Amino acid sequence: MAYEKVNELNLKDTELRLGLPGTEQVKEEQDVSCVRSNKRQLQSDNEEESTTPPAKTQIVGWPPVRSYRKNSNNNNSVSYVKVSMDGAPYLRKIDLKTYKNYAELLKALENMFKFTIGEYCEREGYKGSEVVPTYEDKDGDWMLVGDVPWDMFSSSCKRLRIMKGSDALALDSAL
Amino acid sequence: MDLRLPSKVLEHIFSFVDSNEDRNSVSLVCKSWFETERLTRKRVFVRNCYAVTPAAVARRFPGMRSLTLKGKPHFADYNLVPDGWGGYAWPWIEAMAEKSPSLEELRLKRMVVTDECLEKIAASFKDFKVLVLTSCEGFSTDGLAAIAVACRNLTELELRECIVEDLGGDWLSYFPETLTSLVSLDFSCLDSEVKLSDLERLVSRSPNLKSLKLNRAVSLDALGSLLRLAPQLVELGTGSFSDKLDQEAVSKLAQVFTELKELKSLSGLWDVLPEYIPLLYSVCPGLTSLNLSYATVQMPDLVELLSRCSNLQKLWVMDLIEDKGLEAVASSCKELRELRVFPSGADVDETNVAMTEQGLVSVSEACPNLESVLYFCAQFTNAALATIAKTRPNLKCFRLCVIEPFAPDHKTHQPLDEGFKAIVESCKDLQRLSVSGLLTDKAFEYIGTHGKKLRMLSIAFAGDSDLMLHHLLSGCESLNKLEIRDCPFGDTALLENAAKLETMRSLWMSSCGVSFGACKLMSEKMPKLNVEVIDEHTPETRPDSSAVEKIYIYRTLAGPRLDMPEFVWTIHKNPEIGVSHLAIE
Repeated sequence: MAYEKVNELNLKDTELRLGLPGTEQVKEEQDVSCVRSNKRQLQSDNEEESTTPPAKTQIVGWPPVRSYRKNSNNNNSVSYVKVSMDGAPYLRKIDLKTYKNYAELLKALENMFKFTIGEYCEREGYKGSEVVPTYEDKDGDWMLVGDVPWDMFSSSCKRLRIMKGSDALALDSAL
Repeated sequence: MDLRLPSKVLEHIFSFVDSNEDRNSVSLVCKSWFETERLTRKRVFVRNCYAVTPAAVARRFPGMRSLTLKGKPHFADYNLVPDGWGGYAWPWIEAMAEKSPSLEELRLKRMVVTDECLEKIAASFKDFKVLVLTSCEGFSTDGLAAIAVACRNLTELELRECIVEDLGGDWLSYFPETLTSLVSLDFSCLDSEVKLSDLERLVSRSPNLKSLKLNRAVSLDALGSLLRLAPQLVELGTGSFSDKLDQEAVSKLAQVFTELKELKSLSGLWDVLPEYIPLLYSVCPGLTSLNLSYATVQMPDLVELLSRCSNLQKLWVMDLIEDKGLEAVASSCKELRELRVFPSGADVDETNVAMTEQGLVSVSEACPNLESVLYFCAQFTNAALATIAKTRPNLKCFRLCVIEPFAPDHKTHQPLDEGFKAIVESCKDLQRLSVSGLLTDKAFEYIGTHGKKLRMLSIAFAGDSDLMLHHLLSGCESLNKLEIRDCPFGDTALLENAAKLETMRSLWMSSCGVSFGACKLMSEKMPKLNVEVIDEHTPETRPDSSAVEKIYIYRTLAGPRLDMPEFVWTIHKNPEIGVSHLAIE
């Protein structure tokens, strides 16, 4: 399993591989308990978590909670997600379950962070807006808010990030 | 003069010997005691289904009425055991159907149970009464229908956290009108809606019903009508607690709860809306067990609820309770014996930061009967562990899960060695321990030195070298189950302490540094153990020096198992592999 270079850090230095000092791990495939998420192309350098390991390590079976319990919790009636906005000094948290659709969510975000956002259209996203709302889904991918039906979004959204300025433009032109 | 007691007298005496530990001792005294004991044993526990064959068990205990079996290793709960590993109930059910048709009770944990198994049970055991399946999988609701329709004297049907193929709620309607013996019904892990009218009729004709655990699909409204039919319930698991009811319906529901005079245990409460929590206030003073681990109740509401639960002995809750909520528990729930706090988020980032080590410290300081703890937390300190150890020397089970691997004491940045030392030194009757956080070999030296009564130990992301394993295997005299993942030891300690493994039920090691060669050597040296190498990468030739993914070693009288999948290897698959060419140090 080759480790990708993310944000110029060689992940081998921070990997959770445990062997006796001086021993060479014969086969790299044997690190099956560490599964790396390597889909972070949208991360910019002023991501507020640049001081912590950039790619979240998803360890199989950790924390040791029965999957039965994990699955049940995914259906709970509050769904707090962190919301970050580029340039804002601290993050906020909102409960996705309090909104019924994208319009309500975006309005709430506009109020919370004092920005305005343009119309969403399938072909061009939020073209013309000063900001672009994105979210991290269950697989660790960063997605544009609005592409999928609301229910699918609200059950798979883990956190939100309002991208602005040049990053937003870069995203738009990439689409 | 023949000094032996006649067997009839022995039988009578043994009928007062209940615990299986005592019965096992009794059976070792002499041949005639062995014989009489085995003929009179009614309840048989087989804690590793591969340790002994079904035929041997049936042969030894012809009077068996109740059989309890456990299959997969504990770490299967955390997806560390690949699907298809084993733990099949079928051979046992088939054997008992033939040799012990008077079997009345079957309790299975972490086993693969198919619809075929359930149909066989329904068809073979005429007086079948109790079926309890915990963390089992492999069956569908059709199998449940088979049980429902055929078991005329059924008293208990409990599905605890099973993975069931849910083909609909019809299965419940198969209970015949003539079935009136039900004492306990738990279908909380199923998804589909059952027909309410059938459930109501079942409840009405079950005067002995003491325990009812509904699934999430049962609405709040339906709960009301069911409780009206069963005010005698001692254990209740509600369904979803979130329908919008009008004022009249709410007050009727409140009234119904006040009628539950016998209620001691409450669980379920999925999606509970804060405005409905006061409905529970009337039952709180009587509760000894409360499971809120699926209920996303926030701290202030938890405080209101728990401050009314003065008789609570067992509390399962999520970390939404925060330190403040645990302080309320500390001051109100003086009878508390068992506390489990589960994480509400999926990982470290989502851990509730308002719950720290202080919460557990408060409860430890204030609840004199606290003896069992499971605590998930973002961080911990040695000082907190020392306080817990000092105030609660009566702890029997202490499982701490610091969610971030390798997390040190967050105040001193030291490993948590000293904290766990305090725990094992002070808690002399500690039987079960799970450690976490940053730990060096020293921690395990302490555990080996002081953990003399320790029977089960779980370790992850800890230690520095082989010494850690050596300390445990050579020091912990009572060690029965050891499970380790992601720790950096190799072959030496394991091979040096191989004999210890025959005194234990099982050893699980995954993502450690044990080599294939060592596994082969163990297999050769210790024929009474099954050394299973579980490696999903099954190369044609495996170098002896390569570390294996997972190893599961257990003592057994049954020899190699015949149902191993491709990814499980024991030496019996390649008996021609000798170890003479290995350098044995």
